[in-house]
Amino acid sequence: MKLQDMYQEIILDHYRNPHGRGLRDPFDAEVHHVNPTCGDEVTLRVKVDGDTLTDVSYQGQGCSISQASVSAMYDLVVGKSVPEALATGEDFMRLMQAKGDTSVADELEDTLEDAVAFAGVSKYPARIKCALMSWMALKDASARAWGGPAA
Amino acid sequence: MTATATTPATGRTPLPLDVEAVRADFPILGRTVRDGKRLVYLDSGATSQKPRQVLDAERWFYENVNAAPHRGAHQLAEEATEAYEAARATIAAFIGAQPDEVVFTRNTTEAINLVAYAFSNAVTAKEPEFRRYAVGQGDEIVVTEMEHHANLIPWQQLCERTGATLRWLGLTDEGRLDLSDLDTVVNERTKFVTVTQQSNILGTMPPLAPIIARAHEVGALVMVDGAQSVPHQPVDVAALGADFLVFSGHKMLGPTGVGVLWGRAEVLDALPPFLTGGSMIEVVRMEGSTFAPPPQRFEAGVPMTAQVIGLAAAADYLTALGMEAVQAHEEALTGYALEQLQAIPGVRVVGPADTVARGGAISFVVDGIHPHDVGQVLDDQGIAVRVGHHCAWPVVRRMGVPATTRATFYVHTGYDDVDALVEGVRHAQRFFGVDGGEEVR
Repeated sequence: MKLQDMYQEIILDHYRNPHGRGLRDPFDAEVHHVNPTCGDEVTLRVKVDGDTLTDVSYQGQGCSISQASVSAMYDLVVGKSVPEALATGEDFMRLMQAKGDTSVADELEDTLEDAVAFAGVSKYPARIKCALMSWMALKDASARAWGGPAA
Repeated sequence: MTATATTPATGRTPLPLDVEAVRADFPILGRTVRDGKRLVYLDSGATSQKPRQVLDAERWFYENVNAAPHRGAHQLAEEATEAYEAARATIAAFIGAQPDEVVFTRNTTEAINLVAYAFSNAVTAKEPEFRRYAVGQGDEIVVTEMEHHANLIPWQQLCERTGATLRWLGLTDEGRLDLSDLDTVVNERTKFVTVTQQSNILGTMPPLAPIIARAHEVGALVMVDGAQSVPHQPVDVAALGADFLVFSGHKMLGPTGVGVLWGRAEVLDALPPFLTGGSMIEVVRMEGSTFAPPPQRFEAGVPMTAQVIGLAAAADYLTALGMEAVQAHEEALTGYALEQLQAIPGVRVVGPADTVARGGAISFVVDGIHPHDVGQVLDDQGIAVRVGHHCAWPVVRRMGVPATTRATFYVHTGYDDVDALVEGVRHAQRFFGVDGGEEVR
């Protein structure tokens, strides 16, 4: 097991130059999530138009994995419908539960784009929660902002 | 009691303990981690490793004596009771206490909660003798900003239950305890003061004597949190002069699941119970019950007997090494580590920068690398440290850092471990492409 498997260059790039960072108006819901064991935190806002996530904006502090994860998530979900974004979150969860099984990463490569680089994190149980924090925040904010498909 | 207020230790002074001989007693230090690397265990502050002598003592109890102490009339019960009480005497002697003043709890956290709940149980106790230490509106409880969550939240909760007010002593920018307002924070309304003997994150050892003197001057009780001090330095409750001392077995080479509340006999006598049930009673009737004297009053249920036996073996092990030698050993390592770490550009120690009035918990931050990531790179080299806020969130907030990486030392730690840490931090800087805080790629 190599440390480089977790700290992929693509992850470090997102950490150093995060995409979409900053809190923006207007927004429909804002949530604050923390990782109480290590102090990582993210404040995340979503703007929903119809059922489309038109913006996800955020601010946070924490380790490279947690901060790169929210940046990669931003790229993936903005412009998608809320159900599509949440489904992508489920795929990311599967990737985190793969325990380093590369076939899961291969299968999800097209849907997860840059975020598939987090596959190596699944080999470090203590870090999985770092990668998942922003996805949990997105799920929470989406639920508050979007009531579900129109009847 | 604290031999640290002398010239700061620097360089590689000879270590008082024979590190190789001590390491041979710790089976776990023989294993490798992360693809065959030697385990460099610098996380004793979270929990210590266990020498064979402690493991053997637990095994001896289960294989030869196992029975519930203070119950039953059979031979095993007698022997178990004898072993349990002999262990209590050994552990009491380790801190210069009388056996009846030593109460076994699950850990430091439970020992602190025991006292906090006893204070609020005193409010509603039907027995007049148990109301002596009741707290309520108008009363004040004093903590410090340096406390572990275990010595903060029970007091926040006590105040919420009883209407008492929580006050605290703050920190200086260097991570020392700020005593400038001691006489106003601790005042005639103060009923209870609690303070750590060594910060688990900063390593700071606050001056206890003036705090204890001031508390007693206003008639308040004082608790000392010894979780990070009792394992690492000689502590004598008579010299300390506090009313309570709490510590954990698992941080002093003992098993998990056993901790100690020491209380002055007169104070314990006046405290109502926390947990109730079997073996803490005097007479039980359907209409109501009376309670045993301390320490049994605070030990409901079958106790963690094997763990108490193991903890006594740990106390014996430390006594054989000599607690002065243990303290001097760690002070030498701490001086060397502080010097070496602070020589790395981009590394900043969070807490006192020298060994004056300081123990061996060293927290640091590395510019450009989050503490979590520093810990991960160290782990990849077989070096176990702790990362995060170390259950002392107000401390990291006060010190203006999001989290820290923390190394802690113990009896098996040698200069080779410190060198591994220092090289590991430099490796982390190379790995993340930061050097002296400047990104180089």
